[in-house]
Amino acid sequence: MNSPLFIFCLWINLLISSSLTWASPEQDRKQIQAFYQQLFPQLQLADYAQGVYAIDSDAKNSWQAIEEFPPYEFALEEGKALFYRPFNNGARYADCFPNQGIAIAQNYPYWDAQKQSIVTLASALNDCRLQNHLPALPYTKGKITKLLAYMAFTSRGQLIRTIIPEHSPQALNAYEQGKAYFYQRRGQLNFSCASCHIDNAGKFIRSEILSPALGHTTHWPAYRLNTGEMGTLHRRFMACNKLIRAPIDAAQSPALRQLEFFLSYIANGLPLNGPSTRK
Amino acid sequence: MSTIKIRSKRFADYTLVRTLIAHPMETGHNKNNTTGELIPAHFIQTLTFKHNGKVLSQCQMGYGISKNPFFSFKIKSAKAGDKVSISWQDNLAYSDTQEHIIS
Repeated sequence: MNSPLFIFCLWINLLISSSLTWASPEQDRKQIQAFYQQLFPQLQLADYAQGVYAIDSDAKNSWQAIEEFPPYEFALEEGKALFYRPFNNGARYADCFPNQGIAIAQNYPYWDAQKQSIVTLASALNDCRLQNHLPALPYTKGKITKLLAYMAFTSRGQLIRTIIPEHSPQALNAYEQGKAYFYQRRGQLNFSCASCHIDNAGKFIRSEILSPALGHTTHWPAYRLNTGEMGTLHRRFMACNKLIRAPIDAAQSPALRQLEFFLSYIANGLPLNGPSTRK
Repeated sequence: MSTIKIRSKRFADYTLVRTLIAHPMETGHNKNNTTGELIPAHFIQTLTFKHNGKVLSQCQMGYGISKNPFFSFKIKSAKAGDKVSISWQDNLAYSDTQEHIIS
C-alpha cells in the first residue's frame, strides 16, 4: 500500500479536496454575487431573476410584452386543475406538501438526510405519485411542467432559501460536487458551465447574449419560444450539455440535482418569478 | 376549457383586444421523431373577430403561423360593456369560439 502510486493518489486527493473545500458555500455565494456586481454594476440583486433580459434591453422589451399575455397560461391553468384533482385513492398532490403546496418552491432543492439525496420540487412531485402508487412522470416536459408551473406561480416573489444543513458533510459534499460540475470542462468543445456563464457572461455567442449564472434557477418551468412548449430546468441543463457536445446527464440524475443545488444556493435571496417565457 | 383566451385594455382613442389560442399549428412537414412518419397538417384556416355581433375582421390563415398563436386587434369606438367574440376553424373542421366583455 505504500507504493509511490498510492501516495501520489492520496496527494492528488488531498489537493482536490482541499481546493474544493477552500471556500465555504457562503463565501462562494458572496464571491459570485460580488463578481457579477462588478461586471454589471447597474443591476440590483433581484434583477438577476430576469436572466439574460436584465442585461439585454431589446430582448427585455419583447419579453415584457410577451409576459403581459404569456403563452404559459394554458399550462398554468391545466396545472392548477391537476394539482387539486384527486388520485384514485382520494389523495391529491396538494396533500403531499407542506402548506398544501402553496408558496413553497423557494425551499427546494433541499438535502434530505433520511434519503441521503437532494430533493428537488420535480422529484418531490414524483415521490408523491409513487406514494400514491402512480407511475413517475417524465422529468423534462409534459404534465410535470404544468404542475411545476402552478407551484412556481404560487411561489412568485418568495426569496430563494436553499439551506445546506450544518454538521452534514454529505450535504456539503453534494454542494461541492455540484460546484465541481459547474466548473468542470467537458465535451468535444471543452466548455464548462462557467466558461459561458461566468467567464463570458454578458458577451455575445453568435447572435445571443450569454446569461449570468446567478438567477438561472429562479424562473422555471419556462415556455421556450424555440420549442414552443414548456420545459423544466433539467431539460435546459441537458440542452446545454448537448450544445457543448458533452455526454448528456439524465434529468434529475444525481449530477444535475447537485448542479441545481449549487446554482440555487448561490442564488439565495433572489425572488422566484416562474413560470416564465424564454427565447 | 376554452382554447381561446381574450384580454382587452381601453386607451384614450382605441381599445386593444389581445388573444392567445392554444393550437398545434402543424404544417404537415414535421416528422414524428420516434416513428419517422409525417405529422398530418393541422392548422387554423379562418379566424373571425366580431364586435357586438358584427364581423370586423376575418383572417385567412395558413400553416406559416406559429404554434399557440397570439393576435391583437385595435378597435376604435368600443365602450365598456361591449361584447367581442373570437372564433377559429381549422383544416380538420375543429373550431372554437369565445366571448369577452370589454371592461
